[in-house]
Amino acid sequence: MKTFKGRVIAKGNFKGEAAVTHSGFNTLASFQKSALMNKKNVIVSDQNNKELFNKDITGKILCLPITIGSTTGGLVIQTVCEMGINPKAFLFSESIDSLAASGIILAKVWQNSDVICIDRLGKEFLDTVKTGDTLEIHEDGTVDILQTNY
Amino acid sequence: MSEYKMRLTKEQQEILEGKKGETMKKMMETLVLFGEIFDAERLAKVTHNEGHLVTSFGIPLLKPLFKTMEELNNEGIKAPGGFTCDPRPLDYKNVKCNLLEKAVFNLVLYGKQKEYEEQLLKAGLTDLDSFSCTCYLKECGNRPKKGDILSWAESSAVVFANSVLGARCNRNSGMIDLFGSIIGYVPEFGLLLDENRKADWVIEIKTKEIPEAQILGSAIGMKVMEDVPYIKGLDKFLGTEIDDEVEAYLKDMGAASASNGAVGLFHVENLTPEAKEQGASLIKKEIKGTYIIDDYELERVYKSYPNMRKKKDATPEVCFIGCPHLNLYQLRKWHKDILSSLEKNKKTKVNCQVILTAAPKVVEEFKTKYKTDYDNLYKVGVKISSICPLMYTNNPLVHKKAIITNSNKLRTYSMARYFKDQDILELITK
Repeated sequence: MKTFKGRVIAKGNFKGEAAVTHSGFNTLASFQKSALMNKKNVIVSDQNNKELFNKDITGKILCLPITIGSTTGGLVIQTVCEMGINPKAFLFSESIDSLAASGIILAKVWQNSDVICIDRLGKEFLDTVKTGDTLEIHEDGTVDILQTNY
Repeated sequence: MSEYKMRLTKEQQEILEGKKGETMKKMMETLVLFGEIFDAERLAKVTHNEGHLVTSFGIPLLKPLFKTMEELNNEGIKAPGGFTCDPRPLDYKNVKCNLLEKAVFNLVLYGKQKEYEEQLLKAGLTDLDSFSCTCYLKECGNRPKKGDILSWAESSAVVFANSVLGARCNRNSGMIDLFGSIIGYVPEFGLLLDENRKADWVIEIKTKEIPEAQILGSAIGMKVMEDVPYIKGLDKFLGTEIDDEVEAYLKDMGAASASNGAVGLFHVENLTPEAKEQGASLIKKEIKGTYIIDDYELERVYKSYPNMRKKKDATPEVCFIGCPHLNLYQLRKWHKDILSSLEKNKKTKVNCQVILTAAPKVVEEFKTKYKTDYDNLYKVGVKISSICPLMYTNNPLVHKKAIITNSNKLRTYSMARYFKDQDILELITK
């Protein structure tokens, strides 16, 4: 087991499966199709993201460096949280970007969402975690990688 | 989420305590919590009062947006300086749709468009011709000056305002843009502060000819993500003064850097306002790297774009030129280039549905000042619209169409295939 500690943006405890991207996560391009067509799950539709394209990330733990792309990003995160199809947690290796931060805050203040968010987990976290790994998130910002998916 | 570290004025504190109502309280709470994530010590006054909103579309599924707008309207809350808004998602007059496509647009995708536009007007939309991603163009009128603090969203508008006009704005999300415009303050962090406007990267342009703006922006965005690049060697091609042609280039390059990455500010040596004033002192002492862009690198980036179509070389059915919207110079240039190319190829009409997109006020200017050019474009089958091409391509029925574009932003968010300007011209006029 390997443990990492980050800064808590939105706290919570959760154990679940990781979905990992090493490149910037384009929020609009990724959520666009599922959110617009009222799907029950988010299947990542960002053609530029080779790691997550066509993967289901609903209820998973999204591990990413930052989000990129359109400034609708925050509203899109707020909307998928309202629809209940969001990743359960966002774990950022770097400092969170302004669009993702807006989305998390909007979802918290206006929807009372239970989405979890931790940033500044470090480059080593993103180098270590793999899609499919089981992670345990603690409300103090600690993240345990329980099981490594080889 | 109830203890705040930010220093607030008495008036701001009162809003946060709910003395101006529950909705104002939630808006202030959102701005304060958002700012605290970035260690903002206070809220900065918005000095260019006209906002710009990224959310122009009445998508019924965006429930949080309509609910908030309804709350604002019910309480009579509006942005005192008004705001412009991104382009509308539909234009049946100039962008052909069949009955089924219209049904999906009207009943599923943008079923709340009319209602939403009424909400926008009540909340402070400047007028019904204010729908464009290029609100900052002279014709559109929402043009900040150097040093102004803004509450805007729309990635291409934010990067333009910061870089080309020298205004100060963070990459705000939809909703934050509106809240800042209503409250009149935005959290002071990021690109509002001098130290964060310095460059983390040096970009050296070593191409033989002027790089395609949309590919250059894409290459820079993918490399630097949300950092600030200082671009050397571009003034060799663009000169040292920003006229309408250069403004168009920087607009397209910036939009690609913001959509393919997350660039909110770039500097071009000897050209953009802060680079002209401060020169190489804008480059941080410790940078993240130097990125050399030569012809080989540009071609590598261009070839990396996936072709999402099942039939890879399908004959183009629709061509969108202008995402972000074209300026007046670009409308005139495309007019000239399309007509010359048709003449060269001995053709009288373009061979697919070609749509040039520009802001309503730019189209009006083009129509008034260059009536013959405007009429000539329609005669050869080209339409001019103020639609958002990206919103149009959201329709799953449209996915089947072979759409081509010269926009890297549109490529990123749709199945449209990207081509360089010269290739687009050849494809639509051969």
